[in-house]
Amino acid sequence: MSNVPSLQIKELAFAYPDGNQALYGVNLTIQKGERVALLGPNGAGKTTLVMHMNGIHPTMQGEVRISGELVDSKNKESLKAIRSKVGIVFQDPDDQLFMPTVGEDVAFGPYNMGLRGEALDKVVADALTQVGMIDFIDRPPHHLSFGQRRRVAVATVLAMKPEILVLDEPSSNLDPASRRELADILRSLDITIVMVTHDLPYAFELCERSVILSGGIIVADDKTGQILSDEKLLKSHRLELPVGFSFK
Amino acid sequence: MSKISILLLFKRALIEVPFVFFAILMPFFGEGEKFSIFGLSVYRDGLLAGTSIVVKGTLGVLAAVILSTTTTAREILRGLEKLKLPMIMVQIASFMLRYINVISDEMERMKVARESRGFIATGIKHWKVLATAAAALFIRSYERGERVHLAMLSRGFDGALPSLDSHVVTVREWLTALSIPGLALIASITALLIGW
Repeated sequence: MSNVPSLQIKELAFAYPDGNQALYGVNLTIQKGERVALLGPNGAGKTTLVMHMNGIHPTMQGEVRISGELVDSKNKESLKAIRSKVGIVFQDPDDQLFMPTVGEDVAFGPYNMGLRGEALDKVVADALTQVGMIDFIDRPPHHLSFGQRRRVAVATVLAMKPEILVLDEPSSNLDPASRRELADILRSLDITIVMVTHDLPYAFELCERSVILSGGIIVADDKTGQILSDEKLLKSHRLELPVGFSFK
Repeated sequence: MSKISILLLFKRALIEVPFVFFAILMPFFGEGEKFSIFGLSVYRDGLLAGTSIVVKGTLGVLAAVILSTTTTAREILRGLEKLKLPMIMVQIASFMLRYINVISDEMERMKVARESRGFIATGIKHWKVLATAAAALFIRSYERGERVHLAMLSRGFDGALPSLDSHVVTVREWLTALSIPGLALIASITALLIGW
């Protein structure tokens, strides 16, 4: 076990080609094994930040390191390694599950990493077992419920044995049972997790630490309970607890 | 192997009826040598041409019906891959297969949303709305395509999709597969021998 942080972002700034600046110098360090909620209103730059973690967006200014290794979108080889270390679960599972069957989809990532044959089958079976979807291995994704598809989407990423799991709005569109099942799965994983969400109770349930990204910078970084009990802070960044909730 | 009932096969093959309808009329119109069969007077050339169309059509339709009833879309794709159809076309077809439901659901939701606000397409004056909806669907699908591509890149996609798992073809399957072409061959040899 090394002490190198899973994720280290220094002074990251980014502007879209149309001149719209999304990030203005983000600093964030996440240690191995931490579960951190990345909170922020719509348009705060959360997705842009996530897209930097595996080099989809080239770093313009500042740097991103994944377990010490610099994310460099120009270096194809290192990018491949980075993408196997950073598993991103996208918001809409239909975007993520594009192969004809669940099994093939889970195999997609490890296949690209060079796994073949029995080793590949085992990784696929393990990942699907972790999310409780092994019985659906031969089913086409569109026959599954939304909650099941989200779980398969998590498996597609787990199969790559990532260092860090990034989930974009993991609880969106889930019914209460699916939401809890997903939480149980996430808690059972021994892995660094970054969870992008507006779902504050879910963040509290799963993450010890939260950071708020607003206006392209990190404006708060503290224990989740601490952040959620600071009503003024939440309000000034367009975050609100559901009616009736309180962390005082 | 295949467990299609004759009835099902027949029902599905009915689709050819409109296409062969005129072929059935052909023997009764035309010119040239005439002769009489079952009390009907028919033209020889018309009868030959008509029969040939019906036979070809029926064989083609039966082959298509059998293929689509016994073979899943995925296996057809796998077959095309084995037949060396260019990879890119197999990939396009496989994405189409995956997303056709997603897109048709999306289209259905848009239709429900339109109708919930009192719109029902009845005639040409509504085409503008439908065209706008089609454009919106196109843009959404295009954007989904971009998101899918991002998701693929995030999992290390570098241009090649994993090939679909291969399946060893048994002698039995070969024999079954060859039965229809075999019949066709026998039919044509017979035709040659009796001098048609």
